[in-house]
Amino acid sequence: MAKKRVAVVGTGQTMHKSHRPDVNGQELIHEAVKTALADAELTINDIDAIVIGNMDHFEGINYVDCWSVDGSGGWMKPIIKLTTGGTTGSTLAIGGYHMVASGLFEKVLIIGWEKNSESDTTGAITTAFDPIWDRLVFAGAIAGLAAEGMAYMTEFGITDKDAARVSVRDRKHACNNPYAQLRQEVTLEEVLASPMLSDPIHLLDVCPRTDGACAVIMASEDVAQKICPTPAWVWGTANRHTYTYVGDLNLGEIDSMKYAAAELWKKTGITEPRKQIDVIELYQPYSFAGIIWIEAMGIIPRGKGAEYIWSGATDMGGELPINPSGGVIACNPIGATGLIRCAEACTQIMGKGGARQVPDVNLAVSTGFGGCFWTDILLYGKQKPDF
Amino acid sequence: MEQDLSKVTPLVYESRIGVPYNWWAGKTASRFFETIAHDKKLAATKCDKCGKVFVPPRKTCPECFVDTNSWVSLSGEGTVVTFTVVTRKLAALGKRNPPVIFALIRPDGADTAMLHILDNIAPEKVHTGLAVKPVFSENPKGHITDISHFEPV
Amino acid sequence: MENIAIIGIGMIPIKANYKTHNFADMAWETVNAALADAGISIKDVDNVITTSNDFWDGRTISCMAVGDASGVREKNCSCVEGDGTFGAFYGMARILSGSYGTTLVTGHTKGSESISSLITNAAFDPIYERALGPDMISGCAMQARAYMEKHGLTSRQTALVSVKNHGNAKHNPYAQLPMDISVDDVLASEMIADPLRKLDCSPVSDGCCAIILANEEKAKKLCKKPVWVKGAAFTSDAYFLGDRDLADPRSLVAAAKKAYAMAGITDPTKQIDIAEVYDAFSYQELMWLEGLGICEPGQAASLLEKGDFAVNGKLPVNASGGLLSGHPVIAAGLYRIAECVRQLRGEAGAVQKDGAKTAVAQGLNGVAGQSHCVWVLGADK
Ligand SMILES: [Zn+2]
Repeated sequence: MAKKRVAVVGTGQTMHKSHRPDVNGQELIHEAVKTALADAELTINDIDAIVIGNMDHFEGINYVDCWSVDGSGGWMKPIIKLTTGGTTGSTLAIGGYHMVASGLFEKVLIIGWEKNSESDTTGAITTAFDPIWDRLVFAGAIAGLAAEGMAYMTEFGITDKDAARVSVRDRKHACNNPYAQLRQEVTLEEVLASPMLSDPIHLLDVCPRTDGACAVIMASEDVAQKICPTPAWVWGTANRHTYTYVGDLNLGEIDSMKYAAAELWKKTGITEPRKQIDVIELYQPYSFAGIIWIEAMGIIPRGKGAEYIWSGATDMGGELPINPSGGVIACNPIGATGLIRCAEACTQIMGKGGARQVPDVNLAVSTGFGGCFWTDILLYGKQKPDF
Repeated sequence: MEQDLSKVTPLVYESRIGVPYNWWAGKTASRFFETIAHDKKLAATKCDKCGKVFVPPRKTCPECFVDTNSWVSLSGEGTVVTFTVVTRKLAALGKRNPPVIFALIRPDGADTAMLHILDNIAPEKVHTGLAVKPVFSENPKGHITDISHFEPV
Repeated sequence: MENIAIIGIGMIPIKANYKTHNFADMAWETVNAALADAGISIKDVDNVITTSNDFWDGRTISCMAVGDASGVREKNCSCVEGDGTFGAFYGMARILSGSYGTTLVTGHTKGSESISSLITNAAFDPIYERALGPDMISGCAMQARAYMEKHGLTSRQTALVSVKNHGNAKHNPYAQLPMDISVDDVLASEMIADPLRKLDCSPVSDGCCAIILANEEKAKKLCKKPVWVKGAAFTSDAYFLGDRDLADPRSLVAAAKKAYAMAGITDPTKQIDIAEVYDAFSYQELMWLEGLGICEPGQAASLLEKGDFAVNGKLPVNASGGLLSGHPVIAAGLYRIAECVRQLRGEAGAVQKDGAKTAVAQGLNGVAGQSHCVWVLGADK
């Protein structure tokens, strides 16, 4: 049982774009923070601590927690940096949750950001892998994803057309999201005709590079409902950063999602995730993940993912909409991405989704992905958890 | 196969990570560099709430956490708040050769100090409180070295 | 605050160069030392926080290098980037949240693998400062001057910190630089960035440290000699050095105040028995002691001269030899905590302070002590 139950009481995002030359990193952060504070109707003086993160080598700034204080509001406040690669944003959400749940801080500001336009994203990602064993043979994130997609295709006989259906869905959803970077519908044919990046992944199957920041404010049960009439309660968090080496991966069956999701469902009393959960914001950097990872999450049995996607169940209006925001394929400021999933899932619970709102959301899930096929996952509810 | 590692010589794998960066200065810093290029002045921002004047210019006041909407133009003449004379060839110095004098300089009219380099003065003559002025580069490039250095007034 | 205990510590000797160990090897040895110290197995640990820094490691997602070695495979885990005291703080918060019972916290750095000057140059603002060529030493040298001028201190006085700490290190098997030196030796050592001479500066080091935190129930069940966390807090000052009064460590003062309030310490000058502070440079030990409220601003140097901070003094400071005797950056604050634990358990051997009941450990992030984390530890609950 949590010492203090925790709710998200405000969120803020920048208008995500491929390049933001008009602001530096601190200024970009500030935009998201200002928006989140306004959303929660709080001022920076109300904030007790700040949790911030990004990936160092995307901007080349050491000690970002220290450097960012002009923009984050961390001046003479506790500020701490968490970084776990692609999972950084979700790691931050989990971090903010624990800081508030501990009772040490009542209101915590959580900030994820990235200016991916400032560096060579692939060059920086490649340095994530072991310098002796993996780095020289591994070209950024896409090679690993392609290997996963291929392994799954081989096992279950799906095709790149099945994956393209996921991309079509997310790119359509993104048109409803004013914050998304790419807001353009595409057809199956266009996805399949887009250049092959790394077989079986086409250009339109993957996420773009983005400049953006996201801020989320979490508050303890003592004040949450005073700040926000319908806060999004955090029901639970779980994660697995299972592997260190690429060669250890169980490709085509993402172990980290399987174990993290199973733990989360158990902790929060979810017995039938497909029926009980109303919406998912999935950190899905490429389309195949939209099939493979929802199986690992326990939404549908293994091998049935493509069929489920084609049924329309995960589209807006379906039984379990996935990525009403357009997801990562529409927008990927890496250090912010997992936190944007959190903000979007909570926006759904708060009923503030506008054109992308799913009706009657009681339970929402957000995930993070990164590192060596790692997963973070959070569950949020409209009701305060009774555990 | 031999099970004991005691006779193995550990190898050192020499490498470097090289990631190119394009740092977007943003409009606030761009104004600072434009003002150096056009007017040979230091552009500072002023917080309308607490009245503090910031150099380097800040888009937001870190203390009041509001946008700084006013600009002030400063000559750059100011005083040395603290300094150090670097006498070892530290790697960060790059092409500069020691002795290099780093100083925090508070321009007249500003409430903060900025980091820069002092030159045209013997290291042993430098002291806190020294009055200095900026010397601007002949060919401004939109870079902090558009102020070539500071020197005694 | 609910009671939290440190039930195990693991350190590897700090060295100039661990050519024999990669990051994972260092973590493996350290984690196993901490588990052995606690008398538990990795199965008794229910979550893990690693602490590392992508710049120092030359590796994006630096936590990935030590995941396997830290036992994260089947556990919830996270990574704090910054000093290990901040990692430990998050590890503690995860227990206090009620989510976990035992957190393993690790921190590693191999300074030997990179060029410290370039790594710390990257902490300066890329637009306004970095190209000028500052680094941690030149940044802190400006702070040293500001502090020494404010209080009228001489280099002889600050040099005494280095003499004391290198001397203390002779009794610490984990220290990198045990040395018998005099004030004159410090003053005769190479001037790097005045007023900082070589022997005023901590060395480049490799090291790894781990601690295991537990809630009261687990601590009582698993551990014979728990050391209790009485308070912990952290605070950051402004970023630009020119925005700060470099001679006034106000963020440390604020963090200490909070940690003391949690610990019920009203008079730190009397209620603290031992301190392990972040002496990356000789002047810093004095400045941080003042910031920690252990003495009045400007008074630490004369108390040091009186012998108050010596091993047999009123309040031994860095009895371990401190960072001047070995400075594995990210792990540094965790080593400070672990050294306090050794004192509070009465296991510090020749440098043991008799009857030490309350200890303060400090970690920091950023240039010239921008952001500080203060821990108050107690032998009793
Ligand atoms: Zn102001």
